[in-house]
Amino acid sequence: MPTVITTDKLTKRFGAFIAANELTFEVEKGEIFGFLGANGAGKTTAMRMLCGLLSPSSGAATVAGFDVYTQTEKIKQNIGYMSQKFSLYDDLTVSENIRFYAGIYGMSIPAIKTKTTQLLEELQLQKEAKTLVKELPLGWKQKLAFSVSIVHDPSIVFLDEPTGGVDPVTRRQFWDLIYAAADKGVTIFVTTHYMDEAEYCNRVSIMVDGVISALDSPAKLKEQYNAHNMEDVFYELARNAKRKAD
Amino acid sequence: MITLDHITKTYNKGQFTAVKDISFEVQPGELFGLIGPDGAGKTTLFRILTTLLLPDQGRAVVNNFDVVKDYAKIRSCVGYMPGRFSLYQDLTIEENLNFFATVFGTTIEENYDLVKDIYQQIEPFKDRRAGKLSGGMKQKLALCCALIHKPAVLFLDEPTTGVDVVSRKEFWDMLKRLKQEGITILVSTPYMDEANRCDRIALMQKGSILSIDTPDGIVKAFPEELYAVRSSQTHSLLREVRAYDGTDSCFAFGDSLHVTFKTGKSQDLLPYLKSKGQTDATIQPIEPGIEDCFIHLLKG
Repeated sequence: MPTVITTDKLTKRFGAFIAANELTFEVEKGEIFGFLGANGAGKTTAMRMLCGLLSPSSGAATVAGFDVYTQTEKIKQNIGYMSQKFSLYDDLTVSENIRFYAGIYGMSIPAIKTKTTQLLEELQLQKEAKTLVKELPLGWKQKLAFSVSIVHDPSIVFLDEPTGGVDPVTRRQFWDLIYAAADKGVTIFVTTHYMDEAEYCNRVSIMVDGVISALDSPAKLKEQYNAHNMEDVFYELARNAKRKAD
Repeated sequence: MITLDHITKTYNKGQFTAVKDISFEVQPGELFGLIGPDGAGKTTLFRILTTLLLPDQGRAVVNNFDVVKDYAKIRSCVGYMPGRFSLYQDLTIEENLNFFATVFGTTIEENYDLVKDIYQQIEPFKDRRAGKLSGGMKQKLALCCALIHKPAVLFLDEPTTGVDVVSRKEFWDMLKRLKQEGITILVSTPYMDEANRCDRIALMQKGSILSIDTPDGIVKAFPEELYAVRSSQTHSLLREVRAYDGTDSCFAFGDSLHVTFKTGKSQDLLPYLKSKGQTDATIQPIEPGIEDCFIHLLKG
């Protein structure tokens, strides 16, 4: 399997504080990779480095084949990103949002047209094409935000707590979209505070105090920590965390 | 201690109904949970009960005071921790706590016993500005500030949202201790697994209450037989079980699927799955959880 992310002792220091300490891991194409950790463990710092938004202090990493030191613009063009906090523009309509993001990613006008029709159909949002995004229910917004984040067919998409605040049925429908994208070969890099969602990942890493304390499939982690579920695994690893900064 | 009587609140000149005809009571000393996703109406109820918003219709009483007529009296006897961090970012931990104590005409010393357990965890950083604190520390400071005047009722709007599993557990342990002090607590959360930490809960969706009961009572009212189905290939298993014509509902729950069947159809699932290549699939009856109940109530 080709790898989409490779990191080798990737480190970020802020003065004397080591936010992310020698992270070494690989993520394969089409994999659903869960990136968990306690608040303040260093997840956000690590993600920012992988998205080309923050220059590492030491170590090496490539994302979608591009170097996190020297090719950050290439990385940004070849990844998708969605978070609960930042996703769509409320005062643009559904189709305007799609056009806006596709335009940002440099897609041609005919390609944008085709993609818009296809997306609206997949999401069954044809009737809402001209609706302002702020009028949509949260669950629809999140599904749209996810589709928009992969509108340019990136090799990997970073999802930062994508399912916060939605009802349990919508949360599961969102995972259907994640599975569908992974089946098409899109690599999924996802953070979540819902431990049942950790079980839906092919592999899960758990960060504590700046280092990756565990990385394996959910089944193997449960076996290793003699735990009933992923919540117990997480609790076992994170309960002695020293850092509680965000 | 809290009574809501047919409370309705609309926004946008009546175009959007935030909460619709809500009635329930919270007993003195009770730890009562409002459980539901964004848009359920939880924050609107908090704002009405803390006298920050007027209801369109209905009556509400907190600690024997009417939320409209006696709003000033309510404000001095309740503590409110809003969902969004709302302390003074430019004041230190200690300054914030002092400020809230002074506003309520008390001192930190007077009610220190109540906040001691929580405050001691953040005391080493008491000279740090609130804006520079981590999420978990902000949450603890906000709770201290809401408690410093020894309120009769504590309102906590999504205190654990976005907080990791370990801090969430710690927070609920703190609430348990406050409940033992006799404080009535109304708390909201989108995390269904936290429902079991409450004495009673209201499951809410889109401005209405789906059900009110003890967590046990809600689980006992689940009307169907629920099964957990597992195999080594959860993802394809989900597709197969959904495609099986005897399946009534099927949702992923971590490493298993929770499935209900059309009458008498549960026995035929395993042979069906075997024919589809799921040779290691297992099925066993299970007790539903709060999340199963919520999903079921959404359907109905």
